[in-house]
Amino acid sequence: MQTIDWVQWLAFGILTLITVGGALAVVIDRNIFHSALWLLVSLFGVAGLFVLLNAPFLAAVQVLVYMGAIVILIIFAVMLTRRLMGITESVNSQWWIGALVSIVAFLVIALVLAQAGSGSAPLLARDPIATLSNRTVADFGAALVDPAQYALPFELASLLLTGAMIGAIVIAREDA
Amino acid sequence: MVPQTAYLIIAAILFCVGLYGALARRNAVSILMAVELMLNAVNLNLVTFWRFNTPNNDSTNGLKIGMAGQAFAAFVFVIAAAETAVGLALIIAMYRARQTVVAESADSLRG
Repeated sequence: MQTIDWVQWLAFGILTLITVGGALAVVIDRNIFHSALWLLVSLFGVAGLFVLLNAPFLAAVQVLVYMGAIVILIIFAVMLTRRLMGITESVNSQWWIGALVSIVAFLVIALVLAQAGSGSAPLLARDPIATLSNRTVADFGAALVDPAQYALPFELASLLLTGAMIGAIVIAREDA
Repeated sequence: MVPQTAYLIIAAILFCVGLYGALARRNAVSILMAVELMLNAVNLNLVTFWRFNTPNNDSTNGLKIGMAGQAFAAFVFVIAAAETAVGLALIIAMYRARQTVVAESADSLRG
Protein backbone atom coordinates (compact mmCIF):
# COMPACT_ATOMS: atom_id res chain seq x y z
CA MET A 1 0.00 0.00 0.00
CA GLN A 2 2.80 2.37 0.91
CA THR A 3 4.64 1.86 -2.40
CA ILE A 4 1.46 2.39 -4.43
CA ASP A 5 0.89 5.61 -2.54
CA TRP A 6 4.40 6.83 -3.36
CA VAL A 7 4.08 5.96 -7.04
CA GLN A 8 0.72 7.71 -7.24
CA TRP A 9 2.11 10.92 -5.76
CA LEU A 10 5.04 10.81 -8.19
CA ALA A 11 2.71 10.33 -11.16
CA PHE A 12 0.47 13.09 -9.87
CA GLY A 13 3.42 15.47 -9.56
CA ILE A 14 4.70 14.77 -13.08
CA LEU A 15 1.23 15.09 -14.60
CA THR A 16 0.62 18.32 -12.70
CA LEU A 17 3.86 19.72 -14.07
CA ILE A 18 2.89 18.73 -17.63
CA THR A 19 -0.65 20.07 -17.33
CA VAL A 20 0.06 23.39 -15.64
CA GLY A 21 3.29 24.04 -17.53
CA GLY A 22 1.62 23.30 -20.85
CA ALA A 23 -1.34 25.52 -19.99
CA LEU A 24 0.92 28.42 -19.01
CA ALA A 25 2.89 28.02 -22.23
CA VAL A 26 -0.38 28.06 -24.21
CA VAL A 27 -1.32 31.49 -22.94
CA ILE A 28 2.21 32.95 -22.86
CA ASP A 29 3.81 31.77 -26.10
CA ARG A 30 3.69 34.47 -28.76
CA ASN A 31 3.82 32.05 -31.67
CA ILE A 32 0.29 30.74 -32.07
CA PHE A 33 1.46 27.52 -33.70
CA HIS A 34 3.68 26.72 -30.71
CA SER A 35 0.74 27.61 -28.52
CA ALA A 36 -1.35 24.93 -30.23
CA LEU A 37 1.42 22.36 -29.69
CA TRP A 38 1.65 23.30 -26.00
CA LEU A 39 -2.11 22.78 -25.79
CA LEU A 40 -1.44 19.21 -26.91
CA VAL A 41 1.01 18.77 -24.00
CA SER A 42 -1.44 20.18 -21.48
CA LEU A 43 -4.31 18.00 -22.72
CA PHE A 44 -2.05 14.96 -22.45
CA GLY A 45 -1.43 15.81 -18.81
CA VAL A 46 -5.17 15.99 -18.17
CA ALA A 47 -5.58 12.58 -19.85
CA GLY A 48 -3.00 11.19 -17.41
CA LEU A 49 -4.91 12.68 -14.49
CA PHE A 50 -8.05 10.93 -15.79
CA VAL A 51 -6.15 7.63 -15.64
CA LEU A 52 -5.13 8.39 -12.05
CA LEU A 53 -8.80 9.02 -11.28
CA ASN A 54 -9.88 5.56 -12.57
CA ALA A 55 -11.55 6.96 -15.70
CA PRO A 56 -9.63 5.15 -18.47
CA PHE A 57 -12.40 5.59 -21.04
CA LEU A 58 -12.39 9.35 -20.61
CA ALA A 59 -8.61 9.36 -20.90
CA ALA A 60 -8.89 7.52 -24.22
CA VAL A 61 -11.58 9.93 -25.43
CA GLN A 62 -9.39 12.83 -24.35
CA VAL A 63 -6.52 11.54 -26.48
CA LEU A 64 -8.73 10.67 -29.46
CA VAL A 65 -11.18 13.58 -29.53
CA TYR A 66 -9.29 16.43 -27.91
CA MET A 67 -5.72 15.75 -28.98
CA GLY A 68 -6.60 13.92 -32.17
CA ALA A 69 -9.46 16.00 -33.52
CA ILE A 70 -9.85 19.36 -31.79
CA VAL A 71 -6.18 20.34 -31.73
CA ILE A 72 -5.78 19.25 -35.36
CA LEU A 73 -8.76 21.46 -36.20
CA ILE A 74 -7.13 24.37 -34.37
CA ILE A 75 -3.84 23.79 -36.20
CA PHE A 76 -5.75 23.80 -39.50
CA ALA A 77 -7.32 27.13 -38.56
CA VAL A 78 -3.90 28.54 -37.62
CA MET A 79 -2.51 27.51 -41.00
CA LEU A 80 -5.51 28.89 -42.91
CA THR A 81 -5.06 32.26 -41.21
CA ARG A 82 -1.31 32.14 -41.46
CA ARG A 83 -0.67 35.77 -42.29
CA LEU A 84 -1.19 36.57 -38.64
CA MET A 85 1.67 34.41 -37.43
CA GLY A 86 4.11 37.29 -37.71
CA ILE A 87 2.16 39.42 -35.27
CA THR A 88 4.27 40.90 -32.49
CA GLU A 89 1.63 42.00 -30.02
CA SER A 90 0.00 38.85 -28.64
CA VAL A 91 -1.92 40.37 -25.71
CA ASN A 92 -4.34 43.27 -25.70
CA SER A 93 -3.99 46.51 -23.76
CA GLN A 94 -6.09 45.19 -20.87
CA TRP A 95 -4.03 42.07 -20.25
CA TRP A 96 -3.11 43.14 -16.71
CA ILE A 97 -6.81 43.37 -15.78
CA GLY A 98 -7.25 39.83 -17.09
CA ALA A 99 -4.25 38.67 -15.05
CA LEU A 100 -5.64 40.38 -11.96
CA VAL A 101 -9.08 38.84 -12.44
CA SER A 102 -7.72 35.32 -12.91
CA ILE A 103 -5.35 35.60 -9.91
CA VAL A 104 -8.17 36.86 -7.67
CA ALA A 105 -10.46 34.09 -8.98
CA PHE A 106 -7.80 31.49 -8.17
CA LEU A 107 -7.26 32.89 -4.66
CA VAL A 108 -11.01 32.79 -3.97
CA ILE A 109 -11.28 29.19 -5.21
CA ALA A 110 -8.19 28.14 -3.23
CA LEU A 111 -9.58 29.75 -0.09
CA VAL A 112 -12.91 27.95 -0.46
CA LEU A 113 -11.13 24.65 -1.14
CA ALA A 114 -8.85 25.10 1.87
CA GLN A 115 -11.84 25.74 4.10
CA ALA A 116 -13.86 22.85 2.67
CA GLY A 117 -10.94 20.45 2.98
CA SER A 118 -9.95 21.22 6.58
CA GLY A 119 -11.61 20.91 9.99
CA SER A 120 -12.87 17.89 11.87
CA ALA A 121 -15.58 16.99 9.32
CA PRO A 122 -14.26 18.24 5.96
CA LEU A 123 -16.69 18.60 3.07
CA LEU A 124 -14.11 17.23 0.65
CA ALA A 125 -13.28 13.56 0.94
CA ARG A 126 -9.70 12.66 1.83
CA ASP A 127 -9.83 9.21 0.26
CA PRO A 128 -11.50 8.05 -2.95
CA ILE A 129 -14.38 5.59 -2.94
CA ALA A 130 -12.73 2.38 -1.81
CA THR A 131 -15.07 -0.18 -3.35
CA LEU A 132 -15.16 1.10 -6.90
CA SER A 133 -16.54 -1.40 -9.36
CA ASN A 134 -13.75 -2.87 -11.46
CA ARG A 135 -15.84 -2.62 -14.61
CA THR A 136 -16.48 1.11 -14.69
CA VAL A 137 -16.15 1.30 -18.48
CA ALA A 138 -18.89 -1.30 -18.94
CA ASP A 139 -21.05 0.47 -16.35
CA PHE A 140 -20.47 3.78 -18.09
CA GLY A 141 -21.49 2.37 -21.45
CA ALA A 142 -24.62 0.82 -19.96
CA ALA A 143 -25.51 4.10 -18.25
CA LEU A 144 -25.21 6.04 -21.52
CA VAL A 145 -27.77 3.86 -23.34
CA ASP A 146 -30.04 3.12 -20.39
CA PRO A 147 -33.38 4.92 -20.97
CA ALA A 148 -33.65 5.45 -17.21
CA GLN A 149 -30.30 7.27 -17.15
CA TYR A 150 -28.58 9.07 -20.04
CA ALA A 151 -30.08 7.68 -23.26
CA LEU A 152 -31.95 10.90 -24.11
CA PRO A 153 -29.05 13.30 -23.41
CA PHE A 154 -26.80 10.95 -25.36
CA GLU A 155 -29.04 11.13 -28.45
CA LEU A 156 -29.44 14.89 -28.03
CA ALA A 157 -25.65 15.22 -27.96
CA SER A 158 -25.37 13.47 -31.30
CA LEU A 159 -28.07 15.78 -32.69
CA LEU A 160 -26.15 18.79 -31.38
CA LEU A 161 -22.95 17.55 -33.02
CA THR A 162 -24.73 17.07 -36.35
CA GLY A 163 -26.19 20.57 -36.13
CA ALA A 164 -22.83 22.07 -35.22
CA MET A 165 -21.06 20.33 -38.12
CA ILE A 166 -23.67 21.49 -40.64
CA GLY A 167 -23.52 24.98 -39.17
CA ALA A 168 -19.73 25.04 -39.40
CA ILE A 169 -19.85 24.01 -43.06
CA VAL A 170 -22.48 26.66 -43.85
CA ILE A 171 -20.57 29.43 -42.06
CA ALA A 172 -17.17 28.61 -43.53
CA ARG A 173 -18.41 28.03 -47.09
CA GLU A 174 -16.68 30.11 -49.74
CA ASP A 175 -19.81 31.63 -51.34
CA ALA A 176 -21.71 32.19 -48.10
CA MET B 1 -3.61 8.53 -1.80
CA VAL B 2 -3.67 11.92 -3.47
CA PRO B 3 -6.49 13.85 -1.75
CA GLN B 4 -9.42 15.41 -3.54
CA THR B 5 -8.24 18.92 -2.75
CA ALA B 6 -5.05 18.42 -4.79
CA TYR B 7 -6.99 17.56 -7.94
CA LEU B 8 -9.36 20.46 -7.40
CA ILE B 9 -6.45 22.87 -6.98
CA ILE B 10 -4.96 21.66 -10.28
CA ALA B 11 -8.33 22.18 -11.96
CA ALA B 12 -8.56 25.67 -10.45
CA ILE B 13 -5.09 26.58 -11.75
CA LEU B 14 -6.00 25.26 -15.19
CA PHE B 15 -9.24 27.24 -15.19
CA CYS B 16 -7.60 30.49 -14.12
CA VAL B 17 -4.81 30.15 -16.68
CA GLY B 18 -7.49 29.62 -19.31
CA LEU B 19 -9.43 32.62 -17.98
CA TYR B 20 -6.35 34.81 -18.33
CA GLY B 21 -5.78 33.56 -21.86
CA ALA B 22 -9.38 34.20 -22.87
CA LEU B 23 -9.29 37.73 -21.44
CA ALA B 24 -5.85 38.81 -22.56
CA ARG B 25 -5.01 37.26 -25.93
CA ARG B 26 -5.72 39.14 -29.14
CA ASN B 27 -5.80 36.28 -31.63
CA ALA B 28 -9.25 34.67 -31.78
CA VAL B 29 -7.69 31.20 -32.17
CA SER B 30 -5.71 31.76 -28.95
CA ILE B 31 -8.93 32.70 -27.18
CA LEU B 32 -10.51 29.47 -28.41
CA MET B 33 -7.54 27.50 -27.08
CA ALA B 34 -7.88 29.19 -23.69
CA VAL B 35 -11.57 28.23 -23.63
CA GLU B 36 -10.50 24.63 -24.28
CA LEU B 37 -8.26 24.84 -21.21
CA MET B 38 -11.21 26.03 -19.11
CA LEU B 39 -13.42 23.20 -20.40
CA ASN B 40 -10.68 20.75 -19.45
CA ALA B 41 -10.58 22.18 -15.94
CA VAL B 42 -14.34 21.60 -15.66
CA ASN B 43 -13.91 18.03 -16.88
CA LEU B 44 -11.19 17.40 -14.33
CA ASN B 45 -13.50 18.69 -11.60
CA LEU B 46 -16.38 16.48 -12.75
CA VAL B 47 -14.24 13.35 -12.82
CA THR B 48 -12.66 14.20 -9.45
CA PHE B 49 -16.03 14.56 -7.76
CA TRP B 50 -17.19 11.35 -9.43
CA ARG B 51 -14.15 9.47 -8.10
CA PHE B 52 -14.37 10.75 -4.56
CA ASN B 53 -18.07 11.38 -3.89
CA THR B 54 -20.25 9.09 -6.00
CA PRO B 55 -22.76 7.22 -3.83
CA ASN B 56 -21.75 3.64 -4.34
CA ASN B 57 -24.98 1.73 -4.86
CA ASP B 58 -23.86 -1.17 -7.00
CA SER B 59 -24.76 -3.60 -4.22
CA THR B 60 -28.48 -3.16 -4.90
CA ASN B 61 -28.26 -3.84 -8.64
CA GLY B 62 -25.27 -4.48 -10.80
CA LEU B 63 -25.51 -1.52 -13.16
CA LYS B 64 -26.82 1.52 -11.31
CA ILE B 65 -23.47 2.62 -9.92
CA GLY B 66 -23.56 6.37 -10.20
CA MET B 67 -21.98 7.38 -13.49
CA ALA B 68 -23.13 11.00 -13.43
CA GLY B 69 -19.64 12.50 -13.28
CA GLN B 70 -18.29 10.54 -16.23
CA ALA B 71 -21.49 11.04 -18.24
CA PHE B 72 -21.36 14.80 -17.75
CA ALA B 73 -17.67 14.83 -18.66
CA ALA B 74 -18.50 12.97 -21.88
CA PHE B 75 -21.16 15.59 -22.69
CA VAL B 76 -18.57 18.32 -22.08
CA PHE B 77 -16.41 16.60 -24.71
CA VAL B 78 -19.30 16.79 -27.17
CA ILE B 79 -19.96 20.45 -26.40
CA ALA B 80 -16.25 21.23 -26.75
CA ALA B 81 -16.07 19.58 -30.16
CA ALA B 82 -19.17 21.44 -31.38
CA GLU B 83 -17.91 24.74 -29.96
CA THR B 84 -14.50 24.37 -31.60
CA ALA B 85 -15.96 23.47 -35.00
CA VAL B 86 -18.38 26.41 -35.05
CA GLY B 87 -15.83 28.79 -33.51
CA LEU B 88 -13.15 27.98 -36.05
CA ALA B 89 -15.69 28.26 -38.89
CA LEU B 90 -16.56 31.75 -37.60
CA ILE B 91 -12.88 32.67 -37.38
CA ILE B 92 -12.25 31.50 -40.96
CA ALA B 93 -15.31 33.41 -42.20
CA MET B 94 -14.06 36.50 -40.36
CA TYR B 95 -10.59 36.07 -41.85
CA ARG B 96 -12.13 35.88 -45.29
CA ALA B 97 -14.16 39.05 -44.78
CA ARG B 98 -11.58 41.17 -42.96
CA GLN B 99 -8.15 39.55 -43.52
CA THR B 100 -7.58 39.45 -39.76
CA VAL B 101 -8.34 37.22 -36.80
CA VAL B 102 -7.61 39.79 -34.09
CA ALA B 103 -10.61 39.66 -31.77
CA GLU B 104 -10.99 43.41 -31.19
CA SER B 105 -11.10 44.16 -34.92
CA ALA B 106 -14.51 42.47 -35.11
CA ASP B 107 -16.35 45.64 -34.14
CA SER B 108 -19.02 46.07 -36.83
CA LEU B 109 -21.76 45.89 -34.20
CA ARG B 110 -20.17 48.46 -31.92
CA GLY B 111 -22.56 51.36 -31.27
